[in-house]
Amino acid sequence: MKPGINYDIAITHIVTRKKQTMVAALGVTLGVAVYLFMNSLSAGFSGFSRGEIFKNNAHIKVYKADEISTPLAQDAHAESVILNPQITTLSQRLINPEMLLKEIKQQPFITHAITQVDVSAFYNRGNTQIKGTASGVNMDDYAAMFNTEKYMVAGSISALRGNLNGTIIGAGIAEKLNLSVDDNIAVSSSYAVTKVLRIVGIFSTGNSLTDNSKSYINTATAQQFLKEGPSYVTTIYANTPDPDKAAAYAEKLQAVVPYIVEDWKTTNADIVAGDKTRGTLMGAISLSILFVAAFGIYNILSETINQKINDIAILKAVGFKGRDVIQIFVAESIIMGCIGTILGLGLGAILISIMSGIYMGGPVGYFPIKFELHLFIRSLFLGILITCCAGFFPAKKAANVDPVSIFRK
Amino acid sequence: MNKHAILQARGISKHFYTPVKFKVLDQISFDAYKGEFLTLVGKSGCGKSTLLYCLSTMDTAYEGELFIADQQITGQKPNDLAALRNERIGFIFQFHYLLPEFTCIKNIMIPALKLGRFSKAEIEEKAYQKLTLLGLGDQALKPASKLSGGQQQRVAIARAMINNPDIIMCDEPTGNLDSRNAGIVFDMFKQIAHDFGQTVIVVTHDNDFASASDRTIELEDGRIIQVRSN
Ligand SMILES: Nc1ncnc2c1ncn2[C@@H]1O[C@H](COP(=O)(O)OP(=O)(O)OP(=O)(O)O)[C@@H](O)[C@H]1O
Ligand SMILES: [Mg+2]
Repeated sequence: MKPGINYDIAITHIVTRKKQTMVAALGVTLGVAVYLFMNSLSAGFSGFSRGEIFKNNAHIKVYKADEISTPLAQDAHAESVILNPQITTLSQRLINPEMLLKEIKQQPFITHAITQVDVSAFYNRGNTQIKGTASGVNMDDYAAMFNTEKYMVAGSISALRGNLNGTIIGAGIAEKLNLSVDDNIAVSSSYAVTKVLRIVGIFSTGNSLTDNSKSYINTATAQQFLKEGPSYVTTIYANTPDPDKAAAYAEKLQAVVPYIVEDWKTTNADIVAGDKTRGTLMGAISLSILFVAAFGIYNILSETINQKINDIAILKAVGFKGRDVIQIFVAESIIMGCIGTILGLGLGAILISIMSGIYMGGPVGYFPIKFELHLFIRSLFLGILITCCAGFFPAKKAANVDPVSIFRK
Repeated sequence: MNKHAILQARGISKHFYTPVKFKVLDQISFDAYKGEFLTLVGKSGCGKSTLLYCLSTMDTAYEGELFIADQQITGQKPNDLAALRNERIGFIFQFHYLLPEFTCIKNIMIPALKLGRFSKAEIEEKAYQKLTLLGLGDQALKPASKLSGGQQQRVAIARAMINNPDIIMCDEPTGNLDSRNAGIVFDMFKQIAHDFGQTVIVVTHDNDFASASDRTIELEDGRIIQVRSN
């Protein structure tokens, strides 16, 4: 019965002051809607830029580190001898790459792994020359790992299988050199090896840097460009089930691999940092808007309490305790907060669906914003939590009202 | 009369410190008995309301000791005092104080709903009886803010009685009433005290009213100057 009457009084206050309730609730509505919308924007952006990264970056990269020569004379008594430190690595080659790849693939947390031999290449046609990178890969494995199939605009991936004289080039290269499938292209490496390759496919990822410079060839072809033997491999790429846990997986993999194991966040630290900055910025702005909304509730409730100070005094006189008074006013703010938050989630959803229908053009397409359940839940939770706190402080003040001083007035 | 003391004041003194220190109550000691109709009289400003606030347990800033129903009140925690007020004390303020958004009947029901001893339906039935007794049965569902001053005062009286408290305290309960209604209220207090064994302590200016009560305590400058059995 006790909380019943408190709740009853709260409801009566709410319905007899519909206007104030709506004003307070609308403040929360706007706050929650903006919070949800901005965080969805931010999440959409991050998702998009991450997608861009994983178009041709693996979660984990394995390569050999450069070694720096160490001073030879290390005498505790003598002056330290300054030598000229130099990179002493003779070759970037991974030893026995087939075995290594097999071992990496055996790890339970590795979904895909490939070897890759990159060649700095020049694509020539007549007098036109484009500088780029030809990646020597097993194209079937590579395509499985990076979904390259999705980006093929001409030819096919399977045409490269076992074809040492074939290549798949980026759409930008094809356009600049005016080439299409089944045309020949002259590719030369910095080791002065030139080969005429047949174009078996063209891809377009939407990322102009990639599309204007990248091509795929078979591993053996790449090794020939570098004048190396068939066991020459410099890098192994691997994917894991969850890119967010890549760092932990990389650490696990490091235990079995004697080379540098680097996760994508380290490799793309600049992009990750950019994402984080944007996320923090959006989060801070939207949270402050939510705070402003909460302040609205605080204000309206403080005003209500000032106007109702007589009523509070009567309630205390007839036997309501401090915590009953707190319960009454916190219940009022929670009701306002719930109305406001639910309307806010609706408004936020409308904003998101409008935004997701806006066409941005280029590789972005439609604006990268989605309905993210966890953001809705977080907004709901925050909206109610913040109004709860905003209601608590005026309610606490109300609880401390001294009825005698009110009755004397 | 059964001379069981329900309320005992022992040397109650109180000071106000603003604007200057002065003693508003000075060593007030008296007993109020079960089933007694007691009046407090005195000139305006002599400390009647102040004393009543101390006796009502709402004001705890005094020296001396107060007992209600053999329980020491002085020094108890605010929450315990609130529960005690709810159950044992009905209070009618000098200016009629109702909750304006609520109907008359709801105003009367609130202390009983808070106490939670009876079901809502029972409480509503009782509240309606009290209202009818005070001649306001037809106003039950009107918002309290739409009543006249005298009507509000009678609703406040009904509210003070709803939990059948041991003590009902009133500060100038007939201030807003015409003589006919004042008479009704007066008879009612008498009935409450004599028939139901509740104690009624009333502050008043009205000498006729006071002389018709069982006992009158007269204050002057914060001191009891006369106790008179009528
Ligand atoms: N909060 C306060 N601070 C200082 N002095 C006060 C305060 N409240 C009341 N007083 C003084 O205390 C004295 C007693 O006041 P009280 O209200 O008890 O008088 P009263 O006997 O009820 O008078 P009335 O019949 O006019 O209601 C008065 O002189 C008043 O001015
Ligand atoms: Mg007074």
